[in-house]
Amino acid sequence: MKIRIIIDQDIVTRPILAEAILETGIPLNIAQAHFDSAAGEIIADIKDTEYRMIKNALVSRGAEVLKLDTPINWDEEECVECGACISVCPTKVFSMDMEWNLKVDNTKCIQCGTCIEMCPHDALSLDV
Amino acid sequence: MVNKSISEINDRIKDGSVSVVTAEEMVGIVAELGAEGAAKEVDIVTTGTFGAMCSSGVFLNFGHSEPPIKMQKIWLNDVEAYTGVAAVDAYIGATQVSETLGMEYGGAHVIEDLIRGNAIDVHAISPGTDCYPRKILDTTIDINDLNQAIMLNPRNAYQKYNAATNSTSQKLYTYMGSLMPNFGNVTYSGAGVLSPLSNDPEYRTIGTGTRIFLGGAQGYIVGQGTQHSSKSGFGTLMVQGDLKEMDTEFIRASTFTGYGVSLYVGMGIPIPVLDEKVALATAVSDADIITKVIDYGIPSRDRPVVRQVTYEELRSGSIDIKGREVVTSSLSSFKRSRQIAGLLKDWIAHGEFFLSQPAEKLPSDTVSRPMKQTRGTPMVKDIMSKNVITIHKNASVYEAAKKVMDASFNHLPVVTENNTLVGIVTAWDISKAVAQNTFDLVENIMTKKVITAMDSEQVTIAARRLEQHRVSAMPVVDEQNHVIGIITSDDISMLFARRN
Repeated sequence: MKIRIIIDQDIVTRPILAEAILETGIPLNIAQAHFDSAAGEIIADIKDTEYRMIKNALVSRGAEVLKLDTPINWDEEECVECGACISVCPTKVFSMDMEWNLKVDNTKCIQCGTCIEMCPHDALSLDV
Repeated sequence: MVNKSISEINDRIKDGSVSVVTAEEMVGIVAELGAEGAAKEVDIVTTGTFGAMCSSGVFLNFGHSEPPIKMQKIWLNDVEAYTGVAAVDAYIGATQVSETLGMEYGGAHVIEDLIRGNAIDVHAISPGTDCYPRKILDTTIDINDLNQAIMLNPRNAYQKYNAATNSTSQKLYTYMGSLMPNFGNVTYSGAGVLSPLSNDPEYRTIGTGTRIFLGGAQGYIVGQGTQHSSKSGFGTLMVQGDLKEMDTEFIRASTFTGYGVSLYVGMGIPIPVLDEKVALATAVSDADIITKVIDYGIPSRDRPVVRQVTYEELRSGSIDIKGREVVTSSLSSFKRSRQIAGLLKDWIAHGEFFLSQPAEKLPSDTVSRPMKQTRGTPMVKDIMSKNVITIHKNASVYEAAKKVMDASFNHLPVVTENNTLVGIVTAWDISKAVAQNTFDLVENIMTKKVITAMDSEQVTIAARRLEQHRVSAMPVVDEQNHVIGIITSDDISMLFARRN
């Protein structure tokens, strides 16, 4: 499963991710990370069974942990299968098959929303 | 030598013996049989394209109200249409945006709603005349209430189109979609092998009066489109068709975030294979159609060409830019382009669509010229302050405060000994330092990431940068990053105030 870890400004300089990994022994697979002086955000892959442990370890150190379990919605009625979404998705959710049908692999979605503003036909959305 | 006429081909459509293939199928046929063999074998090649075509719209006639009105301005679902053509005629352009919803809803959406049979709110105003006394009109109509709804698109079906990328470190929102920073992606448009004009680049069969597939209905080519630039291989078409016959499968509204509204138009053109030359032209493949990748990071009419590319490369999913594989996205739908070419083929094979003899050929020697501009466009150097007050990075906050007071400037560029820009401090930064009792060096309170301008830049470009970064002044620097001036939002407002 994919999780989003949010680290606020006041603790962004502390090595809480490393501490949580050492404490739990769970190898987080980091798919995306963004840090600046204001905050940090990490998208990581973990096994479903490890969720509770890693969440507790991170939350006790001040981070926020969210499950990314509501991936992008694809409205096939609105979609014209142009493929505009393909080149902006950081995790290759979208692809074309041999017959130029758009294929959507939701399991790769990290809910970043980049494709939503790219889609000219308002065919992609996220539940809030 | 093969020499067929359009009327002969129409006779074959009538008796069901016509041989029709799509432009995709024709590539292999010509490869196998040669141009002469293919010209004997095939009577018609169908093409298709489905993509964003901004220069589109619909003429509407509402019929007369009681008492009658000579519409001076009209809005359809809050989207303004042009009514400077007689009393109750109007032209709804695809890219016009809603007065209330902005880019979310525009002329293209009104057009799609009309085809869907949805109700449209009409609001019109007029000064009132003896013959047309009414001043205000509000009503709700759908497409069936209109006398005519005639799609007339001034510029459609570009022969091919430049692909887009972005060299800057900022994401750009363009009519070519989102362009990710640092050559993060490439977007392109056009149906390549199926592109109508690329299959008849010398316009030997396509011209004024050619019957076509437009939006799911039968339409016609009016003639050359606006900006028709046949000499450089960027021909365009003006087309018309009856909106009442169209289908939302092939006419779709769209919004490009940060840019605006456009209309996706589906079009297919049948190409009669009159002789070997036509057969050879219709054998064009994605690998034969070359276009350019343009850097949209440069906000100029003359954007730099990053590289040349074929449609085959674009459609492979990624291309090489400066040694890196960059993912490509199509903005037009190849699947639907193929569907259109296939549908047109079926219509012809079933005797439901006949070819027409064009009354006039398209001009083959036109170029699209840039705009004539009679007023000079101001440059940053024309309006910047040259006597800019700077401060050394090792100066104290106190010295900075004094300089701000003496010079009554709000912004002090921070420099090194040789006048190289390293930061900027504002009156606000100084107040903040004082409030927090940090009587420190300027270096420690300055903003290090400075938004700058060049003196040879157009003011319009610099003004947009000010706006995007929400700053009110930018140091002007030379190639070596030496400070040579400063330009403020006040300088810019004064310039435009003078002009008005």
